[in-house]
Amino acid sequence: MIIKNGYVIDPANKKEGLFDILIKGYKISKVAKGISAKEETIDAKGKIVVPGLIDMHVHLREPGREDIETVKSGTRAAVSGGMTSVCTMPNTYPPIDDAKVVNNLKGVIKKDASSNVFIIGAITKGRDGKNVVDIKKLRESGVIALSDDGNGIQDKNAISAALKKAKENNMLLISHCEDISISRNGVVNEGIVATKLGLRGIPKSSEYSMVKRDIELARKNKTKIHIAHVSCKESVDIIRKAKKSGVSVTAETAPHYFSLTDSCCETYDTRTKMNPPLRSAEDVDAIKAGIKDGTIDVIASDHAPHGKHEKEIEFEFAAFGIIGLETSLALSITGLVDTKYISLKRLVELMSVNPAKILGLKSKGSLSEGSDADITIIDPKKEWTFTKDLINSKSKNSPFIDWQLKGKATDVIVGGKLLLQNEKLVEHG
Amino acid sequence: MTKLLYAKKPEAKNKMPPKDNKAKKEIIWTKKDLIGLEYLSIEEIRLILDHAKSFKEVLARPLRKVPTLRGKTVVNLFYEPSTRTRTSFELAAKRLSADVINIVKESSSIQKGETLIDTGRNLEALKIDVIVVRHNASGAATTLSRALNISVVNAGDGWHEHPTQALLDIFTLEEKLGKIKGLNISIIGDIAHSRVARSNIWGLTKLGANVTVCAPKELVPPGIKELGVKVTSDIDEALKDADAINVLRMQFERDKPDAFPSKLEYFRTFGITEERLKKAKKNIVVMHPGPINRGVEMSGEVADGINSVILEQVTNGIAIRMAVLYLVTHAKKG
Repeated sequence: MIIKNGYVIDPANKKEGLFDILIKGYKISKVAKGISAKEETIDAKGKIVVPGLIDMHVHLREPGREDIETVKSGTRAAVSGGMTSVCTMPNTYPPIDDAKVVNNLKGVIKKDASSNVFIIGAITKGRDGKNVVDIKKLRESGVIALSDDGNGIQDKNAISAALKKAKENNMLLISHCEDISISRNGVVNEGIVATKLGLRGIPKSSEYSMVKRDIELARKNKTKIHIAHVSCKESVDIIRKAKKSGVSVTAETAPHYFSLTDSCCETYDTRTKMNPPLRSAEDVDAIKAGIKDGTIDVIASDHAPHGKHEKEIEFEFAAFGIIGLETSLALSITGLVDTKYISLKRLVELMSVNPAKILGLKSKGSLSEGSDADITIIDPKKEWTFTKDLINSKSKNSPFIDWQLKGKATDVIVGGKLLLQNEKLVEHG
Repeated sequence: MTKLLYAKKPEAKNKMPPKDNKAKKEIIWTKKDLIGLEYLSIEEIRLILDHAKSFKEVLARPLRKVPTLRGKTVVNLFYEPSTRTRTSFELAAKRLSADVINIVKESSSIQKGETLIDTGRNLEALKIDVIVVRHNASGAATTLSRALNISVVNAGDGWHEHPTQALLDIFTLEEKLGKIKGLNISIIGDIAHSRVARSNIWGLTKLGANVTVCAPKELVPPGIKELGVKVTSDIDEALKDADAINVLRMQFERDKPDAFPSKLEYFRTFGITEERLKKAKKNIVVMHPGPINRGVEMSGEVADGINSVILEQVTNGIAIRMAVLYLVTHAKKG
């Protein structure tokens, strides 16, 4: 296969310009100008060609909640959104906390997945927040990182023990930062919007106090930590400072945290309910600044499918979370690139290079010769409307339905296989 | 961003009425629902108050009934216990000749796990005209109204709004003091958890009153000043210069922070007593949405005293609810 005439952006190799890419099998064979070969050709004229996008925060919901998402539906959504790899979170039923569950899931992935799927294991057994899993065994079974995402680990001893064990096993911990003694039963950002709505607020301190705690533990134990879904200014400030002082902390945010503010909750639309909650305009600005200056390393969707029965109810009782695989790239282009806030190159770092680096995926995140042939071709000028009909995920809980967006993945190649062609999923029997 | 505010807020036009009376257009009611005073214009609030005035005359007749809503059915759908509000809505509907059905949480399918929207859709399928809903979750009335084509009237949703209570408070105030504009009105008590406070703040500030809220610090919700009110934790300051006070029920049965004061402590610091009233304006109007905790938010003497209009509020509540039921069932397409 050969991709011709595309504008290649490959930050890992500091390469940018018009190049052709030759793919042999599942690897990239050659990146050069004017390659001619008798191969299946994809014309990428007017488009940008980037290393396959990696969404490191996705809830595929398997096993247990196949009613709202499956490996199959979720990875189709991923590919249609331009992702070649996703990491799936372990808050499943049962939770992914031992090798048996991992092995079963690997079987499903092998059978059903379109994109690459990397499995994140739980930090604690049964996600109880107390008893750390057998990290060595989980590592051997093939999980790529650990997280109790969905719950913050309240017990300092537990997270401390987990960090030590993770370091011994060279395993990345991803921290959902939330002090539930502060967030209590809050449902929206604390402030005037919560006050107007008569809803219990979630103070920003419930997030940043734990960001602070986990960074201090990482500093003390000289280990790395990754902070999930950063939503507020103070967290960005703390992470920026920690990075400067040499802590190996990395961080991600989700597109909704730079696209929406808590004022969107004013209609009690449950599609605006997520955890952490949408924050204020000041926080949106801080998140964007963090994205620009490198404090935030990754944009990940926190794709969280929920059924109608979990969302079409009273706001207070509705589930937290929104789907995001199919809007992540477009929201980032629309909100960050098209506004000239960041460059396309920076976007590729945020959505491919950095997640690959953080997860230790050596043959991904670049277009080096010999790397995996995971490639996303993007039309950054494409204007489109995100409608319910377009959604490939089994769940439709998105606040971005009917938004006009700019930028779309047109072709996606995963392991040398063309899975998205001219914006349409390719069915491989 | 193309559409930063993707979801439009319900309209809340806050325009002043036109100065030239000749050019004044007839105000028409266009809303199928009443969810909160945040979402009403000054003119719409006025329209409800004007209609309530006419309906109050009906209540003074020997035969207190008009055929206005004959053939219409009103359902009181109550997820929280209530005596006053439910009875008041029931009476209002009956005075308008509507049929009334009461559904309470304990004896309905709600107990069997039916969702709010499903319950509402079933009522709609039963050809009901108005659902009056009381719910413990903020936003429940909004959620229901969006799912249904029939009218939804909010009889109190969580900490959010209790619009008919604020309307009857405003109606009573205007009866007593002849106007709202320029009045100093203090709302005293658990502001954080009070839907009555929020509805009163919206209504009173729209009509031009100077509103002060007075509460223990932990019961002042974040950002409340942005709604255009003064905030104090000093009861004497709240009473000084006040033309009226609206004393909220301390809801000891509801969620409370750890630092919550005891009943006695609250009474000593914030309770309205005759001694405290002596320092206030002589004709200060004392209101309370009920039910009163005597000896907690106010003394029995004050509740029964000459400044108290608490029972008149209750009577006016029927007129307000008649007006609301009439308007939502006669909404014109805007």
